[in-house]
Amino acid sequence: MAVFLARRLAIAMLSVIGASVVLYAVLALAPGDVFGELVSNPGIPPDVIANMREKLGLDQPIHIRYVNWALAMVQGDWGYSLVNRIDVGTLIWQRIPATLLVVGSAQALALAIALPVGVLAAMRPYSVFDQIASTLAFIGFSLPTFFTGLLFILLFSITLDWLPFIYRADLEQTGGAWVWAQLRQSIMPVTVLALFQAASWTRYVRSSVLEVIRLDYVVTARSKGLPERVVIVKHVLRNALIPVVTMVALELPVVFGGAIVTEQIFRVPGIGSLLISSIMANDTPVIMAVTFVFACLVILFNLIADVLYRWLDPRIKLH
Amino acid sequence: MTTTPLLEIRDLHTGFHTDEGLVRSVRGVSLTVARGETLALVGESGCGKSVTAHSVLKLIPMPPGQITSGQILWQGRDLVPLSIREMNRIRAREIAIVFQEPMTALNPVYSVGEQIAEVVRQHMGLGRRAAVDRAVEMLDMVGIPDARRRVGDYPHQFSGGMRQRVMIAMALACEPKLLIADEPTTALDVTIQAQILDMLQDMKERLGTAILLITHDMGVVAETAERAVVMYAGRVVEEGTVDRLFSAPAHPYTRGLIRSIPRLDGGQGRHKRLDTIAGSIPSQYANPPGCRFAPRCPLAQADCLAAQPPMTSPSADHHFACFHSVPEAIAP
Repeated sequence: MAVFLARRLAIAMLSVIGASVVLYAVLALAPGDVFGELVSNPGIPPDVIANMREKLGLDQPIHIRYVNWALAMVQGDWGYSLVNRIDVGTLIWQRIPATLLVVGSAQALALAIALPVGVLAAMRPYSVFDQIASTLAFIGFSLPTFFTGLLFILLFSITLDWLPFIYRADLEQTGGAWVWAQLRQSIMPVTVLALFQAASWTRYVRSSVLEVIRLDYVVTARSKGLPERVVIVKHVLRNALIPVVTMVALELPVVFGGAIVTEQIFRVPGIGSLLISSIMANDTPVIMAVTFVFACLVILFNLIADVLYRWLDPRIKLH
Repeated sequence: MTTTPLLEIRDLHTGFHTDEGLVRSVRGVSLTVARGETLALVGESGCGKSVTAHSVLKLIPMPPGQITSGQILWQGRDLVPLSIREMNRIRAREIAIVFQEPMTALNPVYSVGEQIAEVVRQHMGLGRRAAVDRAVEMLDMVGIPDARRRVGDYPHQFSGGMRQRVMIAMALACEPKLLIADEPTTALDVTIQAQILDMLQDMKERLGTAILLITHDMGVVAETAERAVVMYAGRVVEEGTVDRLFSAPAHPYTRGLIRSIPRLDGGQGRHKRLDTIAGSIPSQYANPPGCRFAPRCPLAQADCLAAQPPMTSPSADHHFACFHSVPEAIAP
């Protein structure tokens, strides 16, 4: 296991470096930088801009700039947002709690729905419960989050006036009132994300369980006189979860991307909305840092998936 | 000594509901298994022998499967009306089963020791440590070399024959009174087959377990069983001691089965082709009134198509269902 982990970590490190090189190159080659807008401003002479570029090292060749960036990154210096006038690290840390709270609880909720519903639907295929679950799941993943999000806002915020439709990271309430306000403003974005995710995951879990529940070793487990609960949880679920783990682990980082849309709709001041506004403003250090964080998350969840496989299925060995 | 047999199946009917109608796989099977005996249940693929065996433990998927009528008396107690919860107290502890396909019958993600220990803990109330010790003891008993070391290995680390040994160890771990062996050697190659059959015989003698051996191989029947029940298309066509069945088979189907055993002594002539039974098994949807074997039977007459022949008994240990045949030795 130690050898496996060490090897897998080494591969992950290489992937992180590779991803940073690609991201850096793409962003460096993209036209325009933060001074783009200043060029057209007649109040700032060109030599001042050239001076500023030189001061920031932007006139150096790309590989030197990459090494400088990488060395600073390793030392914890993520750069300086030229638009927000604040360290990128600080900026990201300001935005992360909102994203983690919304996306994290949405994922947890989605799994909490998808696992039991998928398993129950598979245990009685084509039953009334299965039909209802399958229909809802189909509707769920047919509707994009920007549509359900707006629908929820229209219904619960505007028509019924039950919930706020703007998410605020700086609630002025304290104590119990803060919890209540936080809960109210989180319900809609979390629900919108969770329903979409739960819909597709339910289908995956259902088909995966359905595939395993017919296998010989499940009949063996029944022939051993084990209670049905043990047969399902121990013998069916563990095997059925192997493909589900792949899917969940690989979809988790993607959901940070998906959350960009939901964050925009509900004005959640999270990482997704930070990325959008930075792209709009050509704020390269922030774009670089955020996309790099996404890349690291993808690699991290891949790593977690591999370790989970090993734990779930002893047949898997890393060669 | 009680006179109730260990297992008595009375007029069992098991069917499966499908879109095309009810498939009647088992059509009135009756048989008994005495304590400590080996009864072979013989027949070709699709004759209902496995469904009969799985019905005993209620392992057929319900729905679509259903035991439509009949009784399965386990030491005098009818198992048919029991709930799954009640069946779980009988499964493995009193009646255990070994399946045909050892490659897929074990769960790939648990060690063999864990899978044996699990059943022991469920029924014998042993702790984790004691259950693993029991698993080692069982693995050793079924002839897995170096059992103490191998108990933590996973199924994919064993060969097919070894996996079947593991399955048998698991089935016998709670010392059941009856072991249902559902074609335990069909998926294995011939040399391994013989080893497994010898081992089963050995275990039976050591533990006093009765065996209901399901097979389509008359050679296996001759080697291991004391009595045999021959099934054809969901019905019992002949029943008797193995000696009787081989020396004087009565039903034309049994005679056909015995004649189709390959022989090395040249009794059939050196270049003669192996005997076969012409035709194929009838549809499981069809319900004609007469004998199910009639369309393939060399002795069939008009009355065979009109009514099902009743069981006739030339002696106390021999019964068969045919209007026209008489028990006699097969001419070489």
